[in-house]
Amino acid sequence: MSMLKIEGVHTFYGNIEALKGIDMEVNEGEIVTLIGANGAGKTTLLMTCCGSPQASKGRILFEGQDISRMPMHEICQLGIQQSPEGRRIFPRMSVYENLQMGAITQDPKHFNSDIEMVFDLFPRLKERINQRAGTMSGGEQQMLAIGRALMGRPRLLLLDEPSLGLAPLIVKQIFETIEKINREKKMTVFLVEQNAFHALKLAHRGYVMVNGNITLSGTGAELLANPEVRAAYLEGGH
Amino acid sequence: MSAALASSRTNGSEVVKELAFFAVIALLMSVMLLGVETVDRPTGLELAVRWDLVLIAIGSTVIGRLGLIFRRESISRLWQAVLITVTAVAVFEMFVRFRELDDRWVSPVVLDMAFGSVVSTILAIAFVVIVFATAYFTMKVQGAVEVDQSKKLSAKIQLTYRSNTKKIGLIGIVFFFIFPLLFGDDRSAIDLATLVMIYIMLGWGLNIVVGLAGLLDLGYVAFYAVGAYSYALLSQNFDLSFWLCLPLAGIFAASFGIILGFPVLRLRGDYLAIVTLGFGEIIRVVLINWYDFTGGPDGISSIERPSFFGLADFSRRVPEGAVSFGDLFGLDYSSMHRLIFLYYLILVLALVTNFVTLRLRKLPIGRAWEALREDEIACRSLGINPTNTKLSAFAIGAMFGGFAGAFFATRQGFISPESFTFLESAVILAIVVLGGMGSQIGVVLAAIVMIGFPEMFRELAEYRMLIFGAGIVAIMLWRPRGLLSFRDPTILLNMSQKEKVAGEIK
Repeated sequence: MSMLKIEGVHTFYGNIEALKGIDMEVNEGEIVTLIGANGAGKTTLLMTCCGSPQASKGRILFEGQDISRMPMHEICQLGIQQSPEGRRIFPRMSVYENLQMGAITQDPKHFNSDIEMVFDLFPRLKERINQRAGTMSGGEQQMLAIGRALMGRPRLLLLDEPSLGLAPLIVKQIFETIEKINREKKMTVFLVEQNAFHALKLAHRGYVMVNGNITLSGTGAELLANPEVRAAYLEGGH
Repeated sequence: MSAALASSRTNGSEVVKELAFFAVIALLMSVMLLGVETVDRPTGLELAVRWDLVLIAIGSTVIGRLGLIFRRESISRLWQAVLITVTAVAVFEMFVRFRELDDRWVSPVVLDMAFGSVVSTILAIAFVVIVFATAYFTMKVQGAVEVDQSKKLSAKIQLTYRSNTKKIGLIGIVFFFIFPLLFGDDRSAIDLATLVMIYIMLGWGLNIVVGLAGLLDLGYVAFYAVGAYSYALLSQNFDLSFWLCLPLAGIFAASFGIILGFPVLRLRGDYLAIVTLGFGEIIRVVLINWYDFTGGPDGISSIERPSFFGLADFSRRVPEGAVSFGDLFGLDYSSMHRLIFLYYLILVLALVTNFVTLRLRKLPIGRAWEALREDEIACRSLGINPTNTKLSAFAIGAMFGGFAGAFFATRQGFISPESFTFLESAVILAIVVLGGMGSQIGVVLAAIVMIGFPEMFRELAEYRMLIFGAGIVAIMLWRPRGLLSFRDPTILLNMSQKEKVAGEIK
């Protein structure tokens, strides 16, 4: 069953058409990745799913419900949580407080088990529980951003470039954890990445975006083997 | 000098260049403002030149700049403080001496008249020279060491403050509670303390909006005015008692907060500030012009004083059927009773504000305010409704402003729009900013500095404003984020507060 279905979505920034009719879907239990170059519109698509900016044409269905006209905070309360581009943790708050913020719309009775779950996934966060989040390393902040999103008990987790600016070793760790979240928690993940190699290896299915259009789609393995993808996104790296 | 400076970043000729540059700037700025004056002579208006004042302006600029250069060359904080203080005193002294020469404008000014009180001027200059010289010599010998020590010292002070916040707060509360016992006979002391306490309460109220939610509100005085006028009008027109009007004033102010909040909360930063500024002015202008309702510029007078919780009255001649406060407790009549009662009233109101704020900070709503201040998009992506959250901050902040306003009205017995000008908003905001955004104890310190000190030094007439300005500049130089500007997590796990703080400072 498709959990998130995007039908003919156009998004504008002023007069600039950033998304030119996107169709894609994310099925329950999948990891779906969206790869593409800088400025292709990946983040715009992810943020359009969250309602900011809103799509000017087309529909976005989350579990059959049209969310394309809803304000961001209501969409997020439906069970879509994101780790936004640039992480956007609260730098002056402690790790614990950041995680509390993630659970702010949730029933407090889940809090203890949820935070244990996050600490199981990211033991580093437990070590840093009282530290001011802004003083942590980039990798730890990314873990916190994902952990904070998980505290909101999402059914669909949106990740925007979790590998941004991180050391290769940390990137590997983060991707392993994403896979673990998907496998063990049955979490549906929509992953936007520039790091095409890692993302496609991890993902069940993938889409390639160029200038606001989806140009290719297929399973992760297919896309990895595709000569166009290899030439544009993979050769020369890794 | 050049030897010591050459060892660091700057050399002598650069210093001279820099000083010359600032001397020229001082000259340009002062020549029109201070240099010429129109004087009314029997023959008509004439221009008089006042080169002496220009010279002083240039001189004090150069001295001040020299002080800053020393500061930059990393001399210890202690010396910086001494330097700045002494320079300020010296410049101040010079100005005072000038003022004493009454007739100096009548005839064309000659330079040596300016130094009429030669001895004191020489003393002041000598003092500055000595301080600079000592600073210069000590800088070379122990400069590096002392910087280290002073850093350690300030770290120690921080550590002590942060690990003992609760104790310091409690000591403060106890002090304010026994204050009337110490100064009970001194009417002006109690009056001043009450005034400071009003501003502490206003500062705490605004701290919710500015410090926690990060919404710059330049029109906070509007809510103060709404509270004051609600009480005054309700008590005059409907004869309601203070104790009934107090919550009503809070509710009115809060609803004004919501009315203001709805249209403006989509704005951010400077835009929000301008709109709130406008709102503050609208309220004031309405109060002035709606003559039938508010009494316009005449204000509202003989507002009812509060009774002792409706049980007893504070006046000398008690109306029939009422009990006087003195009789109730078997005391002789004293006009101080009412003042002390008012003092305790505002103290309790302020403490309520404080405890509510501290409590809210630990609840989801308070946490959401703080998060909103840091990153609105992240908040929305976590499912927080930014509009409602901001509105609640506005409303709660406004409510405490309203309480303070009602208290102000009952204490003064007279209110007029003049009490609610933009300057009041600015002072309250300055208290919050100087105290360190979000810091509760900081607000207390800043209120004492901002309100208490200028009142205490009233004898110095307009010079207190000079010192006051210098003080604010000094605070912003050394503590640019406010007097007490750290945010500690409201919750700490598996760790004592002390360990936590120590870990962070390292």
